Amino acid sequence: MKPAAFDYYAPTTIDDVMVLLRRHGSDARLLAGGQTLLPMMNFRLAAPEVIIDLNRIPELAFIKVVEGRVHIGAMTRQRAVEFSPIVARDLPLLHEAIRMVGHLPTRSRGTIGGSLANADSAAEIPMVLQVLEGEVLVRGPNGERTIPAADLVLDAMTTSLADDELLAEVRFPVMPSDARFAVEEFSRRHGDFAIAAVAAMLVVKDGRCETARIATAGVSSFSSRLTAAEGALEGRAVDSGTIEEAAKSAAEAVEPVSDRNASEEYRRHLTKVLTARVLKRATESRKLA
Amino acid sequence: MSEVSGRFIGKSMLRKEDQRLLTGKGEFIADLKLPEMLHAAFVRSRIAHGRIKSVDLSRALASPGVVYAIAGPDLAKLLPPVPDTQLALPRKWTSRVQHKFLNPQQPLLAYDKVRHVGEAIAVILAESRYLAEDAAELVTVEIEPLPVVVDPELGLADGCPVLHEQYDTNLIGDFSVEKGNVELSLATAPHRLKRRFYHHRYAAIPMECRGVAAVHDTRTDSITIWSSCQVIHWLRREASTVLKLPEARIRSLALDVGGGFGVKGHVYPEDLLIPVLAREVGRPVKWIEDRHEHFMSSCHSRDQTHDVEVGFDDEGRLLAFRDEFIVDCGAWNPIGSGIAYNTAVHLPGPYKFDHFAVRSRIVVTNKVPNAPYRGAGRPEATFAMERVMDLIATELGVDPAVVRMRNLIPLSEMPYRLGIPYRDGEPIVYDSGDYPESLRQALSAIGGLEAFRERQKAARAQGRFLGLGLGCYVEGTGVGPFESATVRIDPSGKIYLAGGACPQGQGMETIFSQIVADTWKVDPKDVVVALADTSVISIGFGTIASRSTVNLSGAIYNASEVLQKKVFAIAANILECSPVDLELRNGAVGLVGVPGRELPLAEIAQAARPGWDNERPEGVSAGLEETAYFEPPTVTWAYAMHAALIEVDAELGRIEIEKYVIVHDCGVVVNPMLVEGQIHGGAVQGLGGVLLEEMAYDSEGQLLVGSFMDYLVPGASDVPHMELKHLHFPSLLNPFGVKGVGEGSAIAPPVVIANAVCDALSHLKVEFNSTPIKPEQIARASWA
Amino acid sequence: MAKTVEIHLKVNGKNYAGHCESRTLMADFLREHLNLTGTHIGCEHGVCGVCTILVNGEAVRSCIMLAAQAEGAEVTTIEGLSHQGQFHPVQKAFHENHALQCGFCTPGMLATVIDFLKTNASPTEAEVKEALSAVLCRCTGYQNIIKAVMAAAADMRGEKKLGALADV
Repeated sequence: MKPAAFDYYAPTTIDDVMVLLRRHGSDARLLAGGQTLLPMMNFRLAAPEVIIDLNRIPELAFIKVVEGRVHIGAMTRQRAVEFSPIVARDLPLLHEAIRMVGHLPTRSRGTIGGSLANADSAAEIPMVLQVLEGEVLVRGPNGERTIPAADLVLDAMTTSLADDELLAEVRFPVMPSDARFAVEEFSRRHGDFAIAAVAAMLVVKDGRCETARIATAGVSSFSSRLTAAEGALEGRAVDSGTIEEAAKSAAEAVEPVSDRNASEEYRRHLTKVLTARVLKRATESRKLA
Repeated sequence: MSEVSGRFIGKSMLRKEDQRLLTGKGEFIADLKLPEMLHAAFVRSRIAHGRIKSVDLSRALASPGVVYAIAGPDLAKLLPPVPDTQLALPRKWTSRVQHKFLNPQQPLLAYDKVRHVGEAIAVILAESRYLAEDAAELVTVEIEPLPVVVDPELGLADGCPVLHEQYDTNLIGDFSVEKGNVELSLATAPHRLKRRFYHHRYAAIPMECRGVAAVHDTRTDSITIWSSCQVIHWLRREASTVLKLPEARIRSLALDVGGGFGVKGHVYPEDLLIPVLAREVGRPVKWIEDRHEHFMSSCHSRDQTHDVEVGFDDEGRLLAFRDEFIVDCGAWNPIGSGIAYNTAVHLPGPYKFDHFAVRSRIVVTNKVPNAPYRGAGRPEATFAMERVMDLIATELGVDPAVVRMRNLIPLSEMPYRLGIPYRDGEPIVYDSGDYPESLRQALSAIGGLEAFRERQKAARAQGRFLGLGLGCYVEGTGVGPFESATVRIDPSGKIYLAGGACPQGQGMETIFSQIVADTWKVDPKDVVVALADTSVISIGFGTIASRSTVNLSGAIYNASEVLQKKVFAIAANILECSPVDLELRNGAVGLVGVPGRELPLAEIAQAARPGWDNERPEGVSAGLEETAYFEPPTVTWAYAMHAALIEVDAELGRIEIEKYVIVHDCGVVVNPMLVEGQIHGGAVQGLGGVLLEEMAYDSEGQLLVGSFMDYLVPGASDVPHMELKHLHFPSLLNPFGVKGVGEGSAIAPPVVIANAVCDALSHLKVEFNSTPIKPEQIARASWA
Repeated sequence: MAKTVEIHLKVNGKNYAGHCESRTLMADFLREHLNLTGTHIGCEHGVCGVCTILVNGEAVRSCIMLAAQAEGAEVTTIEGLSHQGQFHPVQKAFHENHALQCGFCTPGMLATVIDFLKTNASPTEAEVKEALSAVLCRCTGYQNIIKAVMAAAADMRGEKKLGALADV
């Protein structure tokens, strides 16, 4: 299982990446952490003519807070996100979810941008992006643009990025200090891709749910917000009754996929169960400092 | 012979192997580097059944770095198929058991048809594996698809596609065994029940894939074959036929082997093809299987369907057991009847009943061939019988533990004559053990049966589902025909042991050092062990079937007995006393009762030399080396009782194992730490088999498993804490009283889990009579 | 030619300069070019963890990393863990607790454990199990590996073994 041969470039600036992308177009693949691309290349399911290695571009790896948002460079290792005090403080949902992404050794190389650009239907980071209503900053031949979470992923493994664009940065609004949150994942073994996962963030004021954001991973072809479930909570108290309603709505609204791991019916059932468990745990979670 | 002391046997001595393995100085087949070595890659079939029309190697041959390539049709003109590799059945068996076997011979490369996805069609040799794989992509194969057989029952139907057309049938094995009168007993039994049990297809999946390397030495016209193999003498025997070289011109050996578990326990086509190629091209050749290949070309196992009918009385005592089972053996049958017959005779288990009949049919299908994997047919048997025990219990409203206790052969009836022959042809006699005690200890280890049932009741009232699963088995271990040992006193005084066993992680260098140390009164560090190499001992059998500790220890004993006579004769000559006044102590021979008057073994080795100034008495031959064999009278019976306490999360369908208990008896234990390691490893493989692992095929014979994303091997987060308890009823059949332990603990876990889940959900009256048991099935059972 | 790369890196304290194909996997670079065959290959798709090594102190799967990506890095393989004939505490704990049988996954286990214990010096058994789930073992059933990691952690924290206390 050795990869086919390719031409290899290791640019050191984003501008150099743009030049290479323009020159090679769809013959080229961008290499970020490699935890997804290299296995595919070893199987020869992917055999790009050109590899553009992003790992020597310092300007792509950073974590900083800018005007109420946490900006994370696309090449920031998942491991760095995991151990970042900024993320722990300002994005505790991401802090909790990142530990479900593979294993520590894969997080040593895997990047936050790589996970988003790959858009695997079972990946946790795109789900968190949805819940936190983050956005990505994309660099292209004509400059940069931002893509909000809702518009990033079109289908399984398919984003709205063009062939000559580079996902350069992801930005998350700092979570409200009174946010309640939880993420639950069901997989066959620890570290496996989720068969179903649900993440939620709630803001409850004066006993009423002011904000409810709930998203899934692994259930459908891509992560999406469960707006029907959110609707069942907004403006109301969050108690076992409304949680059950929300869980039911979530199960009814999703379009589950069927595969060897789970049938459509079972995924729908898992959505209901996990939504209920996530909401219950979220309401019991401690407030942020 | 000097009485074997217990200084080292029974001790948890740390392993000799660890030094090199912990520092990266082990040598596995993939590490082997030979000058001018070429790397092989195979072109394998992507369809399950078809006629090979053409194979075009021209573009591959022109690919950079390619030195040689050949496809099946051309190879068939040069070479015979894999010689009849099935272990020859002893006459005692063939004369006692009604049977009919056909043996399709697998060619080294497919030439007329392909019969499973993954079957090798062509091989490419290049300067690197990277280049060989580049070339493999350029091979064009034209195959005319044929209809596929994936269901062995359908494979028996009239008009079904036939894999091996020379036979006109897919039924390649058929045998029956019985005792008593099952028909009559069933007809008159107070209760009967009938069920189908299915034990699915999964596999050994060692962390090291297979590999073979070979080099032909033109000076001596001899070939050396390295293989990640459990049976290197068998490999040499086959290679001798294929290469048309006497065995004396072939050296076959294994280096460090990264796990075998049975899947490396026979001779594969690649084991023979690589040496042929090495001689053909005049350069060493190495082939290392990659993981993707491993799933589709290293053998799978299990995959049996059992139709069982039993009769029992009001107390739940089994009266009659009838089973007709089918083995899906895949496209070829490398081990013949081995697995199926194991299943047949392990069905009765540790239970006392008189009427038993089993018929087994082995059917070829368009899948990877079926070969032994830890347990080798016993898990399938145990699944059927242990589910039956629980079903009887449910039927009568009696606790499954109580039903078992009523059926277990009591200590007073040991040794117990079963009434059917083992595959060595000998009548089965369970030689020693206390089966009821193993159940008592297992129940005590889970906190007591009554206490659990109380907890279970209370939990159920709160909507929590706890379950207790039991599973027990007896296991024939240490099967013959033999193992060999050479014991030699090195001029340094160290003891050299060569044996036919082949290790894959069991710690044999350590275990046999302990045995030799106690036999010769030396320190284990003064024992030098050489295994898995035909050049160190010319006749050997190899390591499968939990047999090496039993058989090699026996051979060590036999060789040592003869050699010690000689040692004492020579020492007596020098010390001018009688041999009966002598004993072994501290690496020397000394006068009993006279400390200090000793001759070190090194001196005796010197004295034993041929020629001038030797000090051998009249009639004693030169040298201090003895080769002996242990031919066990028959198998010796290990056993265990497994018990699991689980909680079922019915919403998700997930199982949490609160406690997993194993009460195990393998007789005298040489190294308790290593024995426990074997038990842990086997049990986790068993749990993986029932809960996670599955070699799934679709209706076109496409293997749906191509990576570790599809085939789920248990990880550390998936294992419960295991509590082990030991009984030690020595074997009556070998000098050290040992029984085999390598396979045992993989046998029971699948049925233990099935029983536990059924028990946890007993209020729903669900039955889990097949494996795997996946969360979705459990969740669905709870919806109903 | 962009199909070959030059590499400069440090492995087990020694500097290396060489070249290889750009497609050469790090695992193969170590095993074939540097003759460090202690790093094993179990799956070549980044799941089994057997090939795990330490790159700049962090556990990384060498089968899904290009050798080219190790440019300028400090790499430690199993061959570099012991110092002057002395076992690293993790190696010692593995030996004393029978945490290896065939030894094939052991290089990956050692690297993974060493990195993990740097991030968590006092892990619970559950945390150890979670960390170990990164590497597959078919022989041991993990029981003894878990024990070994707990023992190594205690050893590295400077705690005495329980046995030693009993002697007092």
